[in-house]
Amino acid sequence: MPDFLQYMGNVFEPFNFLILLLGTAGGLILGALPGLSPTMAVALLIPFTFHMEPTGGLILLGSVYTATVAGGAVSAILLRIPGAPANIATTLDGHRMVQQGRAAQALQLSFLSSGVGGLLGVLVLIFFTPVLAQWALGFGPSHLFWMAVLGVTVIASLASDSVVKGLAAGCMGLWISSIGYDGVQGVHRFTFTSHLDGGIHIIAALVGLFAVPQVIDMLARAPGRSSAASVQRHSLWQALRQVAGKPRTLAIGSVVGVIVGLVPGAGGQIAGLVAYDQSRKFSRMRDNYGKGEPEGLIAAETANNAMVGPSLVPLLTLSIPGSPTAAVLLGGLLIHGIFPGPDLFTDYPDVSWTFIDALLVGQVLMVVLGLALCRLAAKVILLPENYLAAAVMVLAVFGTYSVQNSYSDVLIMAVLGGGMWFLEKYGFGAGPLVLGIVLGPIAEQNFVYGRTIATAGDGVLPYFFTGTLNVILIAIIVASIAGSVALEIRARRQREREAAS
Amino acid sequence: MKPLQLLERRFAALAAAVMMMTMVAVPPASAADYPERPVGVTVAYGAGGATDFQARIVTMMSAQEDYLGQPIYIINKPGAGGQRGWNDFVTRAKPNGYELAAYNVPHFIAQSIAFPDKVKYNIGNLEPIANWGADPAVLIVPKDSPFDSARDVVEYAKGNPGRLTVNGAGKFVGHHIAFLQFVRAAGVETTYVPHPKGGAGALKDVMGGQVKAGFNNLSDAFRSRDNLKILAVADLQRHDFLPDVPTLKEQGIDVDDSSVNFRGIMAPAGTPPEVIAFLAERVPEMFNNKRRVAKKMKDGGSPLRVMGRDEVAAMWKERQAYLTELLKDLVQ
Repeated sequence: MPDFLQYMGNVFEPFNFLILLLGTAGGLILGALPGLSPTMAVALLIPFTFHMEPTGGLILLGSVYTATVAGGAVSAILLRIPGAPANIATTLDGHRMVQQGRAAQALQLSFLSSGVGGLLGVLVLIFFTPVLAQWALGFGPSHLFWMAVLGVTVIASLASDSVVKGLAAGCMGLWISSIGYDGVQGVHRFTFTSHLDGGIHIIAALVGLFAVPQVIDMLARAPGRSSAASVQRHSLWQALRQVAGKPRTLAIGSVVGVIVGLVPGAGGQIAGLVAYDQSRKFSRMRDNYGKGEPEGLIAAETANNAMVGPSLVPLLTLSIPGSPTAAVLLGGLLIHGIFPGPDLFTDYPDVSWTFIDALLVGQVLMVVLGLALCRLAAKVILLPENYLAAAVMVLAVFGTYSVQNSYSDVLIMAVLGGGMWFLEKYGFGAGPLVLGIVLGPIAEQNFVYGRTIATAGDGVLPYFFTGTLNVILIAIIVASIAGSVALEIRARRQREREAAS
Repeated sequence: MKPLQLLERRFAALAAAVMMMTMVAVPPASAADYPERPVGVTVAYGAGGATDFQARIVTMMSAQEDYLGQPIYIINKPGAGGQRGWNDFVTRAKPNGYELAAYNVPHFIAQSIAFPDKVKYNIGNLEPIANWGADPAVLIVPKDSPFDSARDVVEYAKGNPGRLTVNGAGKFVGHHIAFLQFVRAAGVETTYVPHPKGGAGALKDVMGGQVKAGFNNLSDAFRSRDNLKILAVADLQRHDFLPDVPTLKEQGIDVDDSSVNFRGIMAPAGTPPEVIAFLAERVPEMFNNKRRVAKKMKDGGSPLRVMGRDEVAAMWKERQAYLTELLKDLVQ
């Protein structure tokens, strides 16, 4: 019997299962609130786990992590406010479906595909960990740089009306990301006020750029109106069939999620976007992407959750946290005297396998609870917009402040949000801008870091352009750009033909 | 009513609601009954990081009558390598004993030297209370590296000027200080590669062979010792965790303990002397709690080193003088 099945019973002990249930339900709710990210939810819980048994503590942390990632889709879909960077792609088709009265369907599809991705991700963690750990170590600064460049190619998919405006917004994002203290070079950049010393935190940017323009628009419209006219009922059976009928989308989502999740430092945040972009390129429905196409939603959510399991591989086997959330989990392990590393599963099989089993069962619970909450959650959009706007604004301020206990972050959020409202009026999207903020540091820091190493070695060009992994990544980038260009040309021809006829 | 006016009125109501939420009443304090309510400790690094994690362990027994008699709570204010939290602390914390902070030496002292116009704190406007931990830097190389001792590393660096890459968590942190001391003592020319993701990322890149060597935290390298070679400790004596690893000094490279990452508790200058005296007496006793604190620190692989107020004050002064001299070429 495989090890992970042997310890499965521990998860179903009454106390452990109660914790798992509470963690999953709480995580879904925390994740659904704009501004509360998985990292923060896990960090908030660490002190509570001090006084718990190691198994119970880890089950709590694991289930909350799993559920917040999936819960982030709720506000992304219903309010077009991504709870975490991972959910940016979810807003694209998800929110459009809401406007079409398909909120219930969007939430059902989101939870089901989250579950598929999540389960696959944990299974990868269970079966391939030792192989993958070595693989993850192979990623150096040049590869991370190319991964970030690959992320940039997604902009063409994000900017629905104009690629040029999308690129311009992306560049603004890149510039914003360079603000603050740079620890690599030990210099302060663009910090004319001390509020900017800490840089622009991604959560403050996300809340500001997405939530604030939304709130202003809601308040500007007539009071008493709600943002969607109706929520059509949608049968669960149909949702299941729709998800099961998209094996290619699920596969692309899972594979992208697993790979991006594994690479330490790539941040997992771009998994949803890359999967969305790739599945669009391979899809027959590609022209419907961005207009409420369920496939886009399924691709993004599968990838987001497929990332969770593999993102723990470097932590559990090498004791190296690959993401901010993993760093917080490391603290949760150490407090109980459990040292992650190659011997983790032989030294503490009961604790570590129970933890992984809890992730597995947590995925299933997350789907069940999420689906149960769908109908209720979807009703939120029937509220009059003026009340909804007030509630969102309070959450936005509260969430932004609590990330770093910083009033500066609240100011940054408000300023970015105000600016974004004007930019949106001129056709610039928040998506490409946030992408710039997310990818800017990864590209820049890894380039600088890689260049320093390369200068001491064989030179910058061979360092970035030779080696199997570099070449593979560059090939994917070229293919991705070529794909975008081909799609653009086809779309333009079609428009011309329609105009001519 | 015009839409714009409507908008304005709703914003006013919204702003009022947000303001009300942020108002908190502060009761008056008197030094004689200190402490009569919980005490806050600002940590200038994120939740879950090593400083945060250790701060939570060493303050967990605070509510006992023998110690403070009141619980300690942690507030994380991360950003800019600690500068944001500490700047906030010296400019805003009330010197009443209820607002304390955790320090990291050499970080905060090095920053106060490197960024005199950005950083508002220095050893002059802070009062040490007690030290709880000391994490020395260690010289590490990949598992399959040809280097087996610090001397091998120096030999290679001498034969190949500028080609030895050594990484660490960033600039003006313990790893960087250890590197500067190493280069100076060995008389070699090598390249320092600060890692954008801090110590954990740097450690990973040494394991993966992206760089030839690195300076990293003893506690983190200790946990990963099966995937690395630990060649030397940058401290005055060998460490209990790694009794077989010699110091740099033993290998003929004259590096002292200036890069050791000391962690402890401090108060803002102007805190009443009786409050400081109370804390300076009780806090080290709390850190020394054998049953819970010392055990948890040991379980977590975090080296405990308790030092009293006078000893810390002397250490701060010594670092200030030495780092001013060491960093003078790097600071314009």
